[in-house]
Amino acid sequence: MIVGMNRSAARRMCVWLALAAPVVIVPATARSQIDESPAKSADIDASGATSSGLTTVVQGGFVETILFYLFGGAVLASAIGVCVSKSVVRMAVWLFGTLGAVAVLYLLLGAAFLGAVQLIVYAGGTLILLIFGVMLTTKSPWVRFEATTSEMLAAGGVVVALFIGLATVVASDMTRWPTQAGVNEVATVKSLGESLLTTYLVPFEAASVVLLVVMIGAAYLARQER
Amino acid sequence: MFTVGLTHYLVLAAAVFCCGLFVMMTKRNAIGILIGVELLLNSVNINLVAFDRYRPIGGTDGQISALFVIVLAAAEAAVAVAICMNLYSNLNTIDVDRGDALHG
Repeated sequence: MIVGMNRSAARRMCVWLALAAPVVIVPATARSQIDESPAKSADIDASGATSSGLTTVVQGGFVETILFYLFGGAVLASAIGVCVSKSVVRMAVWLFGTLGAVAVLYLLLGAAFLGAVQLIVYAGGTLILLIFGVMLTTKSPWVRFEATTSEMLAAGGVVVALFIGLATVVASDMTRWPTQAGVNEVATVKSLGESLLTTYLVPFEAASVVLLVVMIGAAYLARQER
Repeated sequence: MFTVGLTHYLVLAAAVFCCGLFVMMTKRNAIGILIGVELLLNSVNINLVAFDRYRPIGGTDGQISALFVIVLAAAEAAVAVAICMNLYSNLNTIDVDRGDALHG
């Protein structure tokens, strides 16, 4: 027992460590499988990027299934945690779990660059901005305005109906989408950058203008009245 | 069934979308609604990247779209937090039901 820590805090810490252990262990085992197979390691050398090598090995196999259910479950559990949390700070912490697990799903889908951007921009930037917003707009961080029970029931009914409808359409044969992975090459940072500066040059420049306008506008809106 | 395909990702994204919608409908705190919007945008991004992976021909269109969604979500969060701060300085609360000065 760590000195100065009471029993409930120690128990809570143990739960968090148990939850965090798969996050570290599972990618580590995936890596060791790569290292053990010599044919695949030659593949990694050819591609020159360890992350794309990881995804080519992981995709389509048993490991991908386990990782999908693990991190898909984490996404879903923390999204439900956002729904049931009463205080805004707890919602933000659950949202962090969702964002991190979605980043791992991006890695599983072969989008290594997007996973990194998700962690840097979303978890590192947007979420911190939200927490600063909580800090600047409430006298107490535990402020809560709750909806009434009838409102909760109505919203729950709408949401459950929507989910049943969406899941039925997606899981049926109504759509003609290909459901198994094609033989796409893994999108590298190079190919993403090339298409950003050729095919998507106009949206790219427009996004930079939007960011400039947003920066000026947010600073103007948030300034102190004098 | 056991092999993960496009359908698994789409159902997961639909579930996250529904969670985000529930948050948007039930929270009255403006920042809470913003968190719901972030959940919605993330579910859309899962869809875009999954469609990018599971399609017959190569390319990066889905990932580029997801990249733009992330950029615009960051911009949207910045403006929304600035508006929340203005609401707070005017009304002394960020309960969205209290911001009804333009109510007809």
